[in-house]
Amino acid sequence: MAISRGAAVRYESVQKSYDGESLVVKNLNLDIPPGEFLTMLGPSGSGKTTCLMMLAGFEPATHGEIFLNDRPINNVPPHKRGIGMVFQNYALFPHMSVAENLAFPLQVRKMAKAEQEEKVQRALDMVELGSFGNRRPAQLSGGQQQRVAVARALVFDPELVLMDEPLGALDKQLREQMQYEIKHIHENLGVTVVYVTHDQTEALTMSDRVAVFNDGVIQQLSTPDDLYEDPQNSFVAQFIGENNKLDGKVIDVNGEACLVELHDGTKLKADRVNVSAVGDRTTLSLRPERVEFDTHDEMDNVVDGRIEELIYLGDHIRVRMTVAGNDEFIAKVRNRGQRRDLTVGDHVPIGWALNDCKALDPVA
Amino acid sequence: MSDATAGQVLTTQDGKPLKASLARALRREKLRALVLIAPLLLFVVLTFVAPIVDMLFRSVENGIVADTLPKTVVALQTWDPRSGEAPDEQVFAALYDDLAIAVEAKTHTRLGSRLNYEQTGISSLFRKTGRRINRMDEAGPFKDQFLNADKKWGEVETWQVLKQYSPRYTDGYFLSAVDAQRTIDGISLKPENEQIYLFLFGRTLFLSIVITISCLLLGYPIAFLLAHLPLRTSNLLMILVLLPFWTSLLVRTSAWKVLLQQQGVINDFLVWINLISDANRLVMINNQTGTIIAMTHILLPFMILPLYSVMKTISPSYVRAAKSLGATDWTAFWRVYFPQSVPGIGAGAVLVFILAIGYYITPELVGGTSGIFISNRIAFHISSSLNWGLAAALGTMLLVAVLVLFMVYDRIVGIDNVKLG
Repeated sequence: MAISRGAAVRYESVQKSYDGESLVVKNLNLDIPPGEFLTMLGPSGSGKTTCLMMLAGFEPATHGEIFLNDRPINNVPPHKRGIGMVFQNYALFPHMSVAENLAFPLQVRKMAKAEQEEKVQRALDMVELGSFGNRRPAQLSGGQQQRVAVARALVFDPELVLMDEPLGALDKQLREQMQYEIKHIHENLGVTVVYVTHDQTEALTMSDRVAVFNDGVIQQLSTPDDLYEDPQNSFVAQFIGENNKLDGKVIDVNGEACLVELHDGTKLKADRVNVSAVGDRTTLSLRPERVEFDTHDEMDNVVDGRIEELIYLGDHIRVRMTVAGNDEFIAKVRNRGQRRDLTVGDHVPIGWALNDCKALDPVA
Repeated sequence: MSDATAGQVLTTQDGKPLKASLARALRREKLRALVLIAPLLLFVVLTFVAPIVDMLFRSVENGIVADTLPKTVVALQTWDPRSGEAPDEQVFAALYDDLAIAVEAKTHTRLGSRLNYEQTGISSLFRKTGRRINRMDEAGPFKDQFLNADKKWGEVETWQVLKQYSPRYTDGYFLSAVDAQRTIDGISLKPENEQIYLFLFGRTLFLSIVITISCLLLGYPIAFLLAHLPLRTSNLLMILVLLPFWTSLLVRTSAWKVLLQQQGVINDFLVWINLISDANRLVMINNQTGTIIAMTHILLPFMILPLYSVMKTISPSYVRAAKSLGATDWTAFWRVYFPQSVPGIGAGAVLVFILAIGYYITPELVGGTSGIFISNRIAFHISSSLNWGLAAALGTMLLVAVLVLFMVYDRIVGIDNVKLG
């Protein structure tokens, strides 16, 4: 398949309302450069699918403009946008064979028969289903149907491909395999991909950038590692990965750092992310794997924790403990071979670095 | 893994064949299921299967001649209709014996009515002869006495009919049902001015097809709308679609009379807006137009409901996918949506067609003479002419025609391509 450059997409102050009373998408501004793999991640009802449908042309924007390669497309009907799309349930036409499904976009473009066949075969080979052209979609397994759907969305060489939770119906193992395959296809073809999912692992695995949606607003738009390492607010911190919450109040601010007093009086140093002044309420966010059991004096924060529960998970041990009055505090201990003598009921000192502890906006 | 491929019969632990054990285990369940459906099964057999079988049997049953005139039937066996002469004295003697008994039991008039279906005049012949039989000389000769009573006894045709219908089973009703008759020269079509049933069958088929197509054309958009509107609106519309079901068939059909007649609402309106002149009012009722309009209206829900339930299952993402792949609205509908709605069309069309082909009350009320169906003729023979044998034969042919069409449909579209929801 010819290496085609991807298309650029731009949302400009896009708003969407279905009922005229509430906004599903609130003032969306988003710039997607050519060839990027961008994932819209968020819980259901966060507006991510609506954004995708507006781009595909199935939902009109209530306000604002969407640009495809700097061309406004609000008034362009879906079939003229030239955007490939993979649907949640694949939407393979059940009354056509796999090859007919793939030839469909080429037929409506009135392509010559020989060229059609060549392109269909190449697309089938790309997804390693070269000999399945004569089968009906119902005769394929879920993973195979998935591949056909991807091949169909790519067979007419679109510059932009949209994927609406395409792996939702697959089992875990197949899903992981398909994640890599889609990622590789994207790398090989250079098309722009806008991918919608509610599965954070999927988003982190595949994307160049991830836009985390909540409540119709992009909460954070960054690369997967930034998203995990530097969440910009409590929603992102909690939505991406596992996360310990500690509520408190800022009592001192020192440049990028701040001192937070928890409800029980414990004082912790934290990275100041979105609190501004002394007296602000805040929620501290701390990843479980950043909690150290080998404490030493240079550590920014050292507190006492009581072990409540131990769960052995092979590569690591999950330790649920009470820290500063919070009995939902989770720490992960990597399994390095030597057995740690952690016992339920023990009080142990635990510590972590200032940078691993983010002072974010307070959660309710 | 491959126990079965080893070529030996699989057995359970105690050495019994696995299949037999399985069958025994399932037998109890099957028995229970059978007991549960037994009342329904009995009901269906008693009220549905038995009457139909009985009716089908009547289309060939013809015991009345042999029962009423047993000796005559035996005596007639040697008589050759081709001789061109009435039978000899021996047959008339037998006839005298038979008729004397028949008149005593008053069964001779029933035989007369039966044979009158085949040749008009026989009914009165038997009644007249019945009145005279007691005055005849028991010693004979009988031939002259019978000829005195009525000279029809001397005609070959009379005896032909008697001989032809003396067997206990006859194809005569079926021959009549296809406008044919059996003469001494074999089977031939009836004279053109007596032909009626083939024409009626043809019209019934034609009108049923027209009604099915009109229902499809009108019902498809409605079903499409119903399947794609928000639930609240579509529920309201669905009630409107089902509304006719809650009104009496008779009321609805009469309403069409009010609307369609020459002094009716539609004609008045058309005259009022000067589209037609008062002298040229349209004839829309008591003809085929009336039948088509009224029956399309009555059968429309039977088309809409299966279409709706099939369309409901077609995910909107198919059409979206087609559009995203570059298809225009029409191409997306025609190449992607429509083929998936075909099972609904099949179900609706079969339902409407089969209901239409046997419809009786609406053609009777609004069909006039040019809009009646074969079923109206069947009803006539059941309740007016009392020729049940012919009614049964016509009914049997209708049943066979439907079954044949069903098989043709199965061949072309496939019966598994019919979905009611």
